[in-house]
Amino acid sequence: MPQIFHRSTNTISRVSIFGGAFFILASLWVLAEINRSSYVTQAFVARQQPVQFSHKHHVGDDGIDCRYCHTSVEESAFAGIPPTKTCMNCHAQIFASSPYLEPVRESWRTGRPIEWVRVHDLPDFVYFNHSIHVKKGVGCSTCHGRVDLMPLTWQVASLQMEWCLGCHREPERFIRPKEKVFEMVWPPANYNQLEVGRRLVNEYKLQDRSVLTSCSTCHR
Amino acid sequence: MNIKDTYPELHALRSRLEANQGKEYWRSLEELAETAEFREMLHREFPDRAAEWPGPDDVAGRRRFLQLMGASLALAGLTGCTVQPTETIAPYTRPPEGIIPGKPLFFATAMPLGGVGEGLLVESNMGRPTKVEGNPDHPASLGATDVYAQASVLTLYDPDRSKTLTYLGDISTWGAFIAEVQTALSGQRGNQGAGLRFLTETITSPTLAAQLQGLLNEFPQAAWHQYEPAGRDNVRVGAQLAFGQEVNTVYRFEQAEVILSLDADFLSCGPGSLRYARDFAAKRRVTEGKTEMNRLYVVESTPSGTGAKADHRWPMRAGEIEGFARAVAAGLGVQLGGQAAQPSGPAGQWVPALVRDLQQHRGRSLVMAGDYQPPVVHALAHAMNQALGNVGSTVVYTDPLEARPASAGTGAVNQLESLRTLVNEMNAGQVEMLLILDGNPVFDAPADFNFTEALKKVKWRAHLSLYNDETSLICQWHIPEAHYLEAWSDVRAYDGTVSIIQPLIAPLYRGKSSHEALAAFTAQPERTGYDIVRDYWRGRLGAGAGGQVPGTGPKPTTPSSAGPSDPFEQAWRTALRSGVVPNTALPPKSITLKSDWVSEVGKTTSGSQMEIVFRPDPTIYDGRFANNGWLQELPKPLTKLTWGNAALVSPATAVKLGLLSQGDDRLDVEAKIETRLYEVNGRVVELQYQGRTVRAPLWVMPGQADDSITVHLGHDRWRAGRVGTGQGFNAYRLRSSNTPWFGQGLEVRLTSDRIELATTQRHHTLEGRKIVQAAVIDEYQKKPDFVREEVETPPKEHTLYPEYQYPGYKWGMAIDMNACVGCNACVVACQAENNIPVVGKEQVLRGREMHWLRIDTYYKGALENPETHFQPMLCQHCENAPCELVCPVNATVHDAEGLNVQVYNRCVGTRYCSNNCPYKVRRFNFLLYQDFETESLKLLRNPEVSVRSRGVMEKCTYCVQRIQRAKIEAEKEDRPVRDGEIVTACQAACPAEAIVFGNLNDAASRVAKLKAEPRNYGVLADLNTRPRTTYLAALRNPNPEIESKPGPETRHG
Amino acid sequence: MAKVEEPLHQSLHEISGAPPVIEPGHTFASVTDKISTIVLRRRTPLWWLVGFGLSFTLAMVLFYTIGYLVLTGIGIWGNNIPVGWAFDIINFVWWIGIGHAGTLISAILLLLRQQWRTSINRFAEAMTLFAVACAGLYPALHTGRPWLDYWLLPYPNTMRMWPNFRSPLIWDVFAVSTYATVSLLFWYTGLIPDLATLRDRTRRRGAKIIYGILAMGWRGSARHWHRYETAYLLLAGLSTPLVLSVHTVVSFDFAVGIVPGWHATIFPPYFVAGAIYAGFAMVLILAIPLRKVYGLEGFITMRHLRNMAKIMLATGLIVAYGYMMESFMAWYSGNTYEAFMIRNRMTGPYWYMYWMLILFNVAIPQVLWVRRFRGNVPLLFVVSLSVSIGMWLERYVIIVTSLHRDFLPSSWGMYSGTRWDYAMFFGSIGLFLSLFFLFIRFLPMISIFEMRTILPQAEVAGEKPTATRLPETGGPQESPA
Repeated sequence: MPQIFHRSTNTISRVSIFGGAFFILASLWVLAEINRSSYVTQAFVARQQPVQFSHKHHVGDDGIDCRYCHTSVEESAFAGIPPTKTCMNCHAQIFASSPYLEPVRESWRTGRPIEWVRVHDLPDFVYFNHSIHVKKGVGCSTCHGRVDLMPLTWQVASLQMEWCLGCHREPERFIRPKEKVFEMVWPPANYNQLEVGRRLVNEYKLQDRSVLTSCSTCHR
Repeated sequence: MNIKDTYPELHALRSRLEANQGKEYWRSLEELAETAEFREMLHREFPDRAAEWPGPDDVAGRRRFLQLMGASLALAGLTGCTVQPTETIAPYTRPPEGIIPGKPLFFATAMPLGGVGEGLLVESNMGRPTKVEGNPDHPASLGATDVYAQASVLTLYDPDRSKTLTYLGDISTWGAFIAEVQTALSGQRGNQGAGLRFLTETITSPTLAAQLQGLLNEFPQAAWHQYEPAGRDNVRVGAQLAFGQEVNTVYRFEQAEVILSLDADFLSCGPGSLRYARDFAAKRRVTEGKTEMNRLYVVESTPSGTGAKADHRWPMRAGEIEGFARAVAAGLGVQLGGQAAQPSGPAGQWVPALVRDLQQHRGRSLVMAGDYQPPVVHALAHAMNQALGNVGSTVVYTDPLEARPASAGTGAVNQLESLRTLVNEMNAGQVEMLLILDGNPVFDAPADFNFTEALKKVKWRAHLSLYNDETSLICQWHIPEAHYLEAWSDVRAYDGTVSIIQPLIAPLYRGKSSHEALAAFTAQPERTGYDIVRDYWRGRLGAGAGGQVPGTGPKPTTPSSAGPSDPFEQAWRTALRSGVVPNTALPPKSITLKSDWVSEVGKTTSGSQMEIVFRPDPTIYDGRFANNGWLQELPKPLTKLTWGNAALVSPATAVKLGLLSQGDDRLDVEAKIETRLYEVNGRVVELQYQGRTVRAPLWVMPGQADDSITVHLGHDRWRAGRVGTGQGFNAYRLRSSNTPWFGQGLEVRLTSDRIELATTQRHHTLEGRKIVQAAVIDEYQKKPDFVREEVETPPKEHTLYPEYQYPGYKWGMAIDMNACVGCNACVVACQAENNIPVVGKEQVLRGREMHWLRIDTYYKGALENPETHFQPMLCQHCENAPCELVCPVNATVHDAEGLNVQVYNRCVGTRYCSNNCPYKVRRFNFLLYQDFETESLKLLRNPEVSVRSRGVMEKCTYCVQRIQRAKIEAEKEDRPVRDGEIVTACQAACPAEAIVFGNLNDAASRVAKLKAEPRNYGVLADLNTRPRTTYLAALRNPNPEIESKPGPETRHG
Repeated sequence: MAKVEEPLHQSLHEISGAPPVIEPGHTFASVTDKISTIVLRRRTPLWWLVGFGLSFTLAMVLFYTIGYLVLTGIGIWGNNIPVGWAFDIINFVWWIGIGHAGTLISAILLLLRQQWRTSINRFAEAMTLFAVACAGLYPALHTGRPWLDYWLLPYPNTMRMWPNFRSPLIWDVFAVSTYATVSLLFWYTGLIPDLATLRDRTRRRGAKIIYGILAMGWRGSARHWHRYETAYLLLAGLSTPLVLSVHTVVSFDFAVGIVPGWHATIFPPYFVAGAIYAGFAMVLILAIPLRKVYGLEGFITMRHLRNMAKIMLATGLIVAYGYMMESFMAWYSGNTYEAFMIRNRMTGPYWYMYWMLILFNVAIPQVLWVRRFRGNVPLLFVVSLSVSIGMWLERYVIIVTSLHRDFLPSSWGMYSGTRWDYAMFFGSIGLFLSLFFLFIRFLPMISIFEMRTILPQAEVAGEKPTATRLPETGGPQESPA
């Protein structure tokens, strides 16, 4: 009887068996990568804001301290987004007529808030508290990166749980002296993070690792 | 600070809210969501929390996100978080001083109920009142709260609240109302307001009283009537009877060694009950070497929380209690002019012993008559207290709290008569203008008054109320009322202490307070509540003069231009901050019995017919809270009924009705008989009383007096709202003015129908299990550690897993069952604190209620009068937690401080943990129980607690959010958390201080001390779960004279 | 040659002493014909269409229910607190149990060289697969958030979280998935030579291609047979421990819990026994009608039925012993909760469930002691049905009556299934039957080549027959007969 299958079928079938296995593994890997990609985490995506606000200019050039605007960062969970008044403190005089600042002036006139697009946005079931991190020597730039170089702000960390745990498991690799917390450029050249870090962990009485990595520390 | 001024945008929003009405108001609100006002409001109402709380524009976004979690994209799953919808943050334009974004503030205020105030501290998150706590500085609260206060925040945000001022059902405006009032009034001026009437509930507010009096002065012919369906006429008339004048009685339970309660449920309801429970429990706290406790005798017709705590409790028909009181009084040597009846009721045989016990504690005993007992019994109680020399020590008399027209002088305010007069005048057509402030007489006036018909005869009628309810429907004008958290006012506590009620938030729907409504009748109709209250106190405050009895008109005032330097301003601020106006407590007054009071005491009349007893509902009170889901679903004490009421009958009566077989009522409480009871419960009977009929489901109540059926008021409202309408049956239909609380001659007809009753506890038996530990006090004195031998705990090694180490904190809780009075405050407090959803009757019937904390009630002994124990049951945070072992995804795990944490966002919902939990304290979201749609309810949520979605297991967390807050604050100050710094929601609410939470690693902490007590034991400890929540065994202090012989409480009722 | 056959045939009888596992008179050709024509005949019999139609309708009910379930939440079921598991896990365990017979027959009986297995192993294995498929539905869908079920798998994720390896549910995941995989392989491997036969015998090109692909180029060369034999034996060896492991692990779901009525060391053995019990019952339920409608009495002989009946009797007794021991231990341990649990089962609100269980699972099957009844086909069918029902009731009793009254009387509750519970249960039966109908229509329900091995002719050389010594499919040696 005539052959239904061409010889090549043998090769095809053999290849497809191994190919199948490979394909499955590959797609799983791709999926995992997508999950950590900017597409999902929104990291390194500069957000358009209602006002062309540049941290680069205010922090980098003018050298304004973080706390001038983010006032509650040391006492509250929320670092605080400056009220329009804060902008007007200076911009009543400086660039008082710049078209870029029209939204600010408009908000000031009408009393309607400027709606800033949130850059760092954790899921609602995660409870993060700025004040305690700042108090324990976690620098702004450690999580937020060099905002003094960001014309429009973006997030530099994935903000995924594994990222949080990275520090909660080994804080000594990240924490710095309290007085340096608000410094943008850190660490300085030839600086032994581990050695200092270990010292600070004791000095600042950081919670035991087991506590820092307990679910209840961030989830309620 | 004045919250109202902080929210100017609200006015704009409210005007829009008014502009649309009808069914779709909340949809309309969403339409509004795009408007700037709405954003502005929300960004003030919503905390803009950097990470966990999205910006205002994302109210929808937040919902979308949670649905996302629910519907969960694959990615969401893979990472445990997801591509977030873009969220925005809308900061202030001009920041209000004092508000730190993300930090809650607490404001002192007070909640009036039945006219009497309860001091509160209300938590405000970015301007949203979210949680009510008791005010430690307030004499009636001392930090505790009751269920009504806890649930009041839900009423504030209730989407069914009235949002628009209506005239004949059409939208109208406040301006129109004022104009109308003024023209109508001009008509009244001629005849000095002969046709003008005001109907209020009980009023203790000095300001409101002054306003009313002012109006009465202006219109001498006008009249002011008070009516409260659950009013305290008996108390007032009783005092009148005994002393010839009305007095307010304050009890000092901290002094009382022996207490006799004549149908008085002083631990659960009535003015001062929180304080009474606190003092009562303190006298029963047998800890730290203390081995004495007070003794409580209770005679009551229907089981109550107080009866459950009694050392001797005798069920007795309400009508027989008078006879019993006479017998005791006679025994105490009160001259009854030969009217001392023979000791009536089976309890009679114990009267001598009781009398002896009372006499042995002269000056340290206390006799209290229940609000629902007739004036005679109150008079007798007063006489007995005099005879026992208790006056001045355990019983203190002051001037009355209730305001009354100056004309009434010191005469008792008899609200029932007052309403009767009003009704007669209305029928006679003498009433032309009627303003009803609060209350809902159309629903709750005595049936024989036919109030509705009478009301319709009034030409001009207006009703001020939170809801557009039954009464509003009959009135032409309906004015939406401002919730007490929205308005300025003042109120007196049980001892007369005045609190200024300050609003936490500007009125959401431009509601008006009673003050503003009354102002409309004056020359300055537009005056705000703030000015009215403030101006009343100007000159009274700071000037020192505190506690005048209200009644004098408001002093002429000048508009406030006062700076902080002004002494008044100082005093005003202190009063607001502390929540009490200093030294306004009414001074004790010495007063003696009328010589001839006995003559006025009629003969005792107790028949043998079936008796009906009316009581306000333990959760929805007189019906005003009917639309409050938390209260509707709150298991009522003892019956554990939710969503509706039932007619309570004693087992013997059930036998009489042929529902139980002969002898069942003599059985001890155990599973078999209970299963039998549940076949009976829900059987519908026809209750016919004085020619009026109501169909009601039966409930066999162990410990209920025989031939006496108790029905609870306030149910089956027809205009309550989505939640409350049509739940249960309406007992008001049977209630007439001549028998406000109980009466003879009830006829019961059995029908074949059934109504499914949703109860959360179907078994109250112990099945011989060592769950509840209890002993008699002298046993305890002999063998303090009796629980040790009762409950054997396996050695620690009996587990495969290594022991946890706790270098830092080690949290734990101890609950004193001897203190717990089963008042339910903790249950609602927990619900409010932890965003616990309401599931509705069908789900409760399926056994899916969500309460993290429940109060298990167990009976011991015979059905007819069992011993009752309350056991608050919450997550035990076991050391060897069975749940942790079986969760496949590590969603429930031990944390480093001993908490057994439930991680909602990790939970996939296998329910294995719940199956394996021997305490069954875990709760599962079988369906989407949370309401993510209703805008107003979002304002209610606690931002510190995740809102759980469908398919997730949840349970008590020991209020981990409070633990974390305290820990963070402490760490910022480089110090350990102090003992008592962390107070769980249930602990904070508890009036009896039965719940104590703290750090077990600190031997000096209160909880550690309690756990060291010999009475301390763990429930089901024999399973080697090693619970972190432990209980202190209950104790009873029976009278040896009575206990020695087979007492009534052991066998026959 | 037929003459030569007879004596041999006789001798075979004398050797085995047992009634034949295949009707006398069959030849290689007749076997091949009979079985393959069932598949290859063009016309689909009406009863098949009807049967398939009905069961497929039921399957649709299942799919609808699943859709509604995922959209609404498992609240549509009757589950509650305290009864957190009910129909979902009952049905899971029931199906998994049924799934056991297949592997047992194919693997263990193969290793034990039980010839009589050959004619029933194919569809027993198929049944196993379908049962496991139905079983798998339940644990997957019983979770509150099924779309997150994969969190039960250990994989490196962005949460840095591993599943809880202490949890029996995790063991379940591995046990069941392994079992499914191995059974599938085993079944498919067994099919290959027959697929080749079908490929060669069908005249339709489409069918040729499909069977051809599935046959994976089987030529029946000695080399093929050699490898095939090795693979088959290996798989048999692999799946043998699974027969025990799977239901043991399933029983851990309960035994590891502390719930009175679950927390018992006897669970693993008596669950396994119960599984085989239920499995053979289901095999009989399927075999009896099959052999009737397809006239396969020649292949599935009375001896098969009798043997299976015996196995049922034996395993049934083990199960009965299990029940006995539960009650005994409850009394012997002196544990309050255990004692109450048993009392509650027998006299509590669900007493009827318990006594029905005893009736269906213990009482009725005792008729199998009687030799005559073991030979009575309709009766066997009825007994098998009763056992299937009984085993379902067993799971109901274990799960529901244990949970509804555990430690604190305050939290005792009641349970009753909703219509969605039943929809899902009967729906899954529909799915099972649909799959089975498809199977008997498109695949040889009896292993053709293995049947040949038990033909007397295969014994010409008087030594043990093995597939390797067989002539190639449709080969020249085919007897002229």
